[in-house]
Amino acid sequence: MNKTVNQKAWFLILPVLVLVAFSAVIPLMTVVNYSVQDTFGNNQFFWAGIDWFREMMASERMWDALGRQIAFSAIILAIEIPLGIFVALNMPKKGFWASFCLVLMSLPLLIPWNVVGTIWQIFGRVDIGLLGYTLDAMGIDYNYTQNFYAAWITVIVMDVWHWTSLVALLAYAGLQSIPDAYYQAAKIDQASRWAVFRFIELPKITGVLMIAILLRFMDSFMIYTEPFVVTGGGPGNSTTFLSIDLVKMALGQFDLGPAAAFSIMYYLVILLISYVFYTVMTNLDKRDGH
Amino acid sequence: MAKITLDNLAHSYLPNPKGEQDYALKELNHDWVDGEAYALLGSSGCGKSTLLNIISGLLHPSQGRILFDDKDVTHAPTTERNIAQVFQFPVVYDTMTVRDNLAFPLRNRGADAAYVRDRVQQIAQMIGMEEMLNRKARGLTADAKQKISLGRGMVREDVNALLFDEPLTVIDPHMKWELRTQLKSLHHEFGHTMIYVTHDQTEALTFADKVVVMYDGRVVQMGTPQELFERPEHTFVGYFIGSPGMNVLDATVSGDKAVLNGTEIALGQGFGAVSGKVELGVRPEFTTLTSGDTGLPVTVKRVEDVGRHKIVRADFNGTEINVIAEEGSSISPDANRIVFDPAGINIYADSWRVAPAGEK
Repeated sequence: MNKTVNQKAWFLILPVLVLVAFSAVIPLMTVVNYSVQDTFGNNQFFWAGIDWFREMMASERMWDALGRQIAFSAIILAIEIPLGIFVALNMPKKGFWASFCLVLMSLPLLIPWNVVGTIWQIFGRVDIGLLGYTLDAMGIDYNYTQNFYAAWITVIVMDVWHWTSLVALLAYAGLQSIPDAYYQAAKIDQASRWAVFRFIELPKITGVLMIAILLRFMDSFMIYTEPFVVTGGGPGNSTTFLSIDLVKMALGQFDLGPAAAFSIMYYLVILLISYVFYTVMTNLDKRDGH
Repeated sequence: MAKITLDNLAHSYLPNPKGEQDYALKELNHDWVDGEAYALLGSSGCGKSTLLNIISGLLHPSQGRILFDDKDVTHAPTTERNIAQVFQFPVVYDTMTVRDNLAFPLRNRGADAAYVRDRVQQIAQMIGMEEMLNRKARGLTADAKQKISLGRGMVREDVNALLFDEPLTVIDPHMKWELRTQLKSLHHEFGHTMIYVTHDQTEALTFADKVVVMYDGRVVQMGTPQELFERPEHTFVGYFIGSPGMNVLDATVSGDKAVLNGTEIALGQGFGAVSGKVELGVRPEFTTLTSGDTGLPVTVKRVEDVGRHKIVRADFNGTEINVIAEEGSSISPDANRIVFDPAGINIYADSWRVAPAGEK
């Protein structure tokens, strides 16, 4: 069969190219542009090569922020994923209370980031916040503006409060798709509750869990607003995550070159981790098939 | 292995059933004799699966009791009843290997590892999956998965009963025969009480010693395949079993004569007063097409040759009558009468069979 050659078809992808150019390529190239140049004001730029990248690679500040960032993401994933699954397993399957739970679970997801931050900022204050005041009255030393652990716990609890719902809802959707026959067969086979989870429920929700983990990882790795509102990155630098550090550098100190280099490395790290994660997960999936 | 007794059992899916029509399963008293193979036959939605799920404890009946060997298990959970059940659609544990799937019910009961290995091997041989034992169950074809489900159902030797809920629906015809034969030989070997739900009469008649026919939430007849064929207790049994089913015609009956739309025919047996909606049922096997002056006047619509015999579809005053004629016999073009063999005639009042005078 002869195919007709018609190179004009390329024009059909033009709209997409234009759209992607404006939404991604051009802004990204601006950042790339800054990362390889230096300026002393007056809108004059000088070629700096990869100096900024070298500087950032050697910067203890960036490595510290990256370490904190990884710790933060790891902790919230370790809490939110099991907790979300646990909540989903215990939600009613149908009827009024199922809808009620769904609405209740979605509420935190609807609150804007900075409002979440403000809520917890006030909630945790020792002078007027319900949580802070109560803990203080109980004699527990809790002050997220001065105490390292208090600050971390606050930020983590806040994220867990805000996002566990997402994991729970995704897991719930996965669980709902399991036909009754599976549970019936498990009863017939006299499977324990744990076996039902391990061999029926977990395999069936692996797909959605993968999405949940990926979403929660990317989102937590880029977290900015909530900890910024609550702790401002403090006490000291203890809750200064990558985004907060980046903004400090770019807008606070106006170090455009290093900040741009930082941004690109940040972007590549997220891309790399997500890619590795995705590949591992899909391979796990495939390996099971044979 | 146990005798299963259903005592006054009924089930409704509604919380407050008002009348009989609200019950998916109408009041039922029945003994499933230990070690027999039963087929539960009926069309979709007649309550077969409901009954099965009540026996296995997946469903709790609205009323009545279930006894295993005279021990009340009505409120016992499924896991305590020690029952095996195979569902219509395959249920396998995807992430496990075929071997682990088959071993699962045994391991859950803490069986000895060496025993599990031998037993799994035996079952795998029975379902023809020995080569696949180490494969993951995920990605297998539907009929392979269903074979695993069947295998998992058969793996325990000490079960009280084996229940099958239309297990061969997804299996291809060739394998169907083979598996059904396997099930039968398994039954002979171990003598489990087996209940096999199906809507396929061939499956029911070849599998079971006793066939239980259900219709609209009620057991309408229980008997050997021969009884169901010769003496259907209900018109439903008449046309559900047989291919084609029994001819059922409106009639008036007095003594040993029936009148069908003005034509009188002899019944060969006397009947007392028959009231209600009276019908005459006769299987196509007991009808003959003739030409002449006796019998019901009919017009032949078409003749179907199904290989073993011919099926003649005839019209009697707007009602279709099927006649089975022997393969090789020629259907005369001027055949215009049908005669019934009196031995094959059953009389029904309001769909239930009326026993002729003298029959016990």
